[in-house]
Amino acid sequence: MKISYYPGCTLRTKAKELDVTARLCAEALGVQMEEIENWQCCGAVYPMGTDEIATKLSAVRALDYAKHNGGKLLTLCSACHNVIKRTNEDMKTNADICFRANNYLKLDEPYKGETEVIHYLEMLKNVVGFDAIKKAVVNPINRKIGAYYGCLLLRPSGVMAFDNPENPTIIEDFIRAIGGTPVVYPFRNECCGAYVSLKNSELPKQKSMKVLSSAKEKGAEEVITACPLCLYNLQANGGDILPVKYFTELLAEALGVKA
Amino acid sequence: MTKEERIENLNRLSGTDVRKCMKCGKCSGRCPAFKDMDIKPHQFVSMLAKGKIDELLESEAIWNCLSCMACVERCPRGVAPAAVVEAVRDTVVRMQGKNGIKAEEIPPIVDELIPQQLLVSAYRKYNK
Amino acid sequence: MQRIGVFICWCGSNIAATVDVEKVAEVIKSEPGVVYSANYQYMCSENGQQLIKQAIKEHNLTGVVVGACSPRMHEATFRKAAEEAGLNPYMVEIANIREHCSWIHKDMDEATEKAVILVRTAIAKVKLNAPLTAGESPVVKRALVIGGGIAGIQAALDIADAGFEVDIVEKNATIGGRMAQLDKTFPTLDCSACILTPKMVDCAQHEKIDILSYSEVEDVKGFVGNFSVKIRRKARFVDETKCTGCKICMEKCPSKKGLNEFNMNLNTRPAIYIPFAQAIPNVAVIDPTQCIKMKTGKCGICQKFCGVGAIDYEQKDTFIERQYGAIVVATGFKPIALDNFNEYGYADNKDVITSLELERLMNAAGPTNGVLLRPSDGEHPKVVTFIQCVGSRDTSGCGKPYCSKICCMYTAKHAMMIREKYPDTEVHVFYIDVRTPGKNYDEFYRRAVEQYGVDYIKGMVGKVYNENGKLMVQGSNLIDNEQITIESDLVVLATAIEPEPSVRKVATLLTASIDTNNFLTESHAKLRPVESPTAGVYLAGVCQGPKDIPETVSQASACAAKVIGLLVKDKLKTNPCVASPDENMCNGCSQCANVCAYGAITYIDKEFRLGGGKTEIRRVASVNPAVCQGCGACTVTCPSGAMDLKGFSSKQIMSEVEAICKM
Repeated sequence: MKISYYPGCTLRTKAKELDVTARLCAEALGVQMEEIENWQCCGAVYPMGTDEIATKLSAVRALDYAKHNGGKLLTLCSACHNVIKRTNEDMKTNADICFRANNYLKLDEPYKGETEVIHYLEMLKNVVGFDAIKKAVVNPINRKIGAYYGCLLLRPSGVMAFDNPENPTIIEDFIRAIGGTPVVYPFRNECCGAYVSLKNSELPKQKSMKVLSSAKEKGAEEVITACPLCLYNLQANGGDILPVKYFTELLAEALGVKA
Repeated sequence: MTKEERIENLNRLSGTDVRKCMKCGKCSGRCPAFKDMDIKPHQFVSMLAKGKIDELLESEAIWNCLSCMACVERCPRGVAPAAVVEAVRDTVVRMQGKNGIKAEEIPPIVDELIPQQLLVSAYRKYNK
Repeated sequence: MQRIGVFICWCGSNIAATVDVEKVAEVIKSEPGVVYSANYQYMCSENGQQLIKQAIKEHNLTGVVVGACSPRMHEATFRKAAEEAGLNPYMVEIANIREHCSWIHKDMDEATEKAVILVRTAIAKVKLNAPLTAGESPVVKRALVIGGGIAGIQAALDIADAGFEVDIVEKNATIGGRMAQLDKTFPTLDCSACILTPKMVDCAQHEKIDILSYSEVEDVKGFVGNFSVKIRRKARFVDETKCTGCKICMEKCPSKKGLNEFNMNLNTRPAIYIPFAQAIPNVAVIDPTQCIKMKTGKCGICQKFCGVGAIDYEQKDTFIERQYGAIVVATGFKPIALDNFNEYGYADNKDVITSLELERLMNAAGPTNGVLLRPSDGEHPKVVTFIQCVGSRDTSGCGKPYCSKICCMYTAKHAMMIREKYPDTEVHVFYIDVRTPGKNYDEFYRRAVEQYGVDYIKGMVGKVYNENGKLMVQGSNLIDNEQITIESDLVVLATAIEPEPSVRKVATLLTASIDTNNFLTESHAKLRPVESPTAGVYLAGVCQGPKDIPETVSQASACAAKVIGLLVKDKLKTNPCVASPDENMCNGCSQCANVCAYGAITYIDKEFRLGGGKTEIRRVASVNPAVCQGCGACTVTCPSGAMDLKGFSSKQIMSEVEAICKM
């Protein structure tokens, strides 16, 4: 099957391995990720101010494109997923934002939140199926892996509807599917320090170290994430505690897919 | 603008109803940036409710809030403290010369590993 | 010629502040048929009623309209006054100008105009009223109590002591309810079992009380004074009349891994068991999902050892049907599930427990024989942290919007008991507000702080997590404006309570109304707090709203007083506003009988004269006025318009509509 795909700015540059491994694995699992045309950066953070419109338009453009190209939009970077999914919710439920955004864009037909936004992990779980992945594994990952969810996939849970915000299981199920042993640790849904790195590097340092030492204490040998900024913060601040990788890198390893 | 109008604007910009707060402090009990917040998440809510916006606009906490949504997620009353912080931050950075980061500060801290996502998100949060 | 009198009530300022009552009375004077119109500050007062009585006599009134509050409130009052003055009580109509008018409008001109319309409408109706006479129905002198917790037990004992028969239907194998699980009770700290079990025994020994344990209400028919109830007696696979409660079966049963519900699943029990030592009845029950004999056909050990031959693996559910004059609902509560509160780590950490689980861990008859040991490793906890309001006062959709009311007091109790028994143990309590209204309640809580040194922290907990084997409780200390993390050995969640889910079925069977939180609704929050709006149904305990034991017992006794007041009557006056068919129009189609929820409609073959000496026999509807509740479902269903409701005829309702439309 084919699915419209939104890579986002970082996956084109600093997080190439996330993008490349994801595409190759998807192909190996029978899913073709079709990059949408003329996509623009989503802005990396969802603007909460109720009068913010212009900052949401690139997400709406991508959503509208997907609406006419299969009706689904696949995301991979946690930040893109968060911004696009929350913006989509606005277009669906907030008449004021929907009206004003459409007023700017002047599309042939107003966009009203019709597209379904799905994250790559949700695609693995619901489209491919973890059982099918299990069957496709050639190199089982015989390691103890800590899933790092961070904030963006889970919260706010009312909109993201990704998983239980305090006790998520999807990445653990993924780890099991690729032959690994998931290690549940209490800081897997805590913030890594995010963009504050640029302003106050001490805060992300403490937060990232706490995440990794919590994972290590519970027995993890490495930690996986779906977010380039989480990966950067964790590696920069706690790289000596545990190795941090993109979850797709482990998937590629398990499926025997080489970039 | 009168003070009442400024308070009203801030309330509208946040999109959250601060009167729903029952002062349980769960937001501040959960906040991962608590130590770096000079004004705590629960205080953002109560100070907006009381109209103490001048103090809010002076706060350092707006630069340290991680927008991690932990406070929003766990508020038992459906209040969004992070949205109040963002409303204050938006109000500040929209003022002349109040950006949180100056362009010239960036090059020295950028290393080759820094992802675009970090620069974009920090710029979106701190600057206008 | 009709002679109508109109009386406009001010209801103090409730009506008069929004409706120009003088003007309404004045305008109405010129309505055709109105011969008298007055207004008064409180029509329901003695003086107000006197005004009505006098006017009836002096002006020879044939009908009365009172513009006042809802008829639910005072229709009966005004009807009685009219009757005392010699007017048929059903010639009184109420125009609701309070709830329907003054309370919901702000503009005086608009409200006054609407009040005039409402009064005109009532006048239009009363002109078509006919005098009605209430019938009578007999009262079955037996009460049913649904639920055998402390509420049901107290209500049953009080009713039985007044000399009436009472059946307690309890869905579990024993009566006793939640109170039986508690260790000590606030505010006097007497042991729960010591004050409850004698009452349980009283129930068992009372000649007027019949305990139907392990039973559920299956169907309810009838009405106040004469309910017919079908009760399912669930198969317990043990003959209740033979079992002596010797417990040999429990010892011998090889399948001992069933979760012990009575101990909040903190330990296990055999497949055949008596829930706890003081159970009433003291009779075993078999869990068929766990019994080896019933699952595989092999075993039968309990049967071999039972000295009295009480075991019967073939036992089936049976049904009995009994008649009751009144029904008390006392179905109780359960703690909410904590699935939406994973931030407190209940699912992942054995040492995060609920308050009800702590009750069992503190109880001498509990899984640890009353020694406080943590579930994970059986060690004695040195730091215990309580979190209040878990799931209460939560409007986010995760929990319950109401205050569960009992948690502040039981948490103070728990904290105090731990400090009393284990002075070396640190106790912390996170709270939002400490709510202690009640006699000696605040004093009790302050004792926990001042005498026992319990550390109360104003603030909520954001996260509980495990770090190096310790439970880290991270929360707000709002008074000092800090975020703190307490390294704890045991965390106790003061979990919100909700009505026992089976109450929904009971409410449906009884047509008793229920609110959005599944609490049964009382007839009037202040003045009829123990009566359901459904006549003959009374409410005791948490099924009506969160409450503690003293309140529950008071409410149960209040229920009993209401039930006794009902059962002591030989006959009840029935509502004369019942359905009645016009037999000349009825075509015997059965549609009315099909919609009647009360089974009040039957069909008879009746001979009709056709003229010319001919007759024909036709099938026509016949309403039993003692059973009909006057709901009107049949009148709107009847395709030929033959069915009408006395006091609410189609003609009356149409004339009301016309009066409204005329403006």
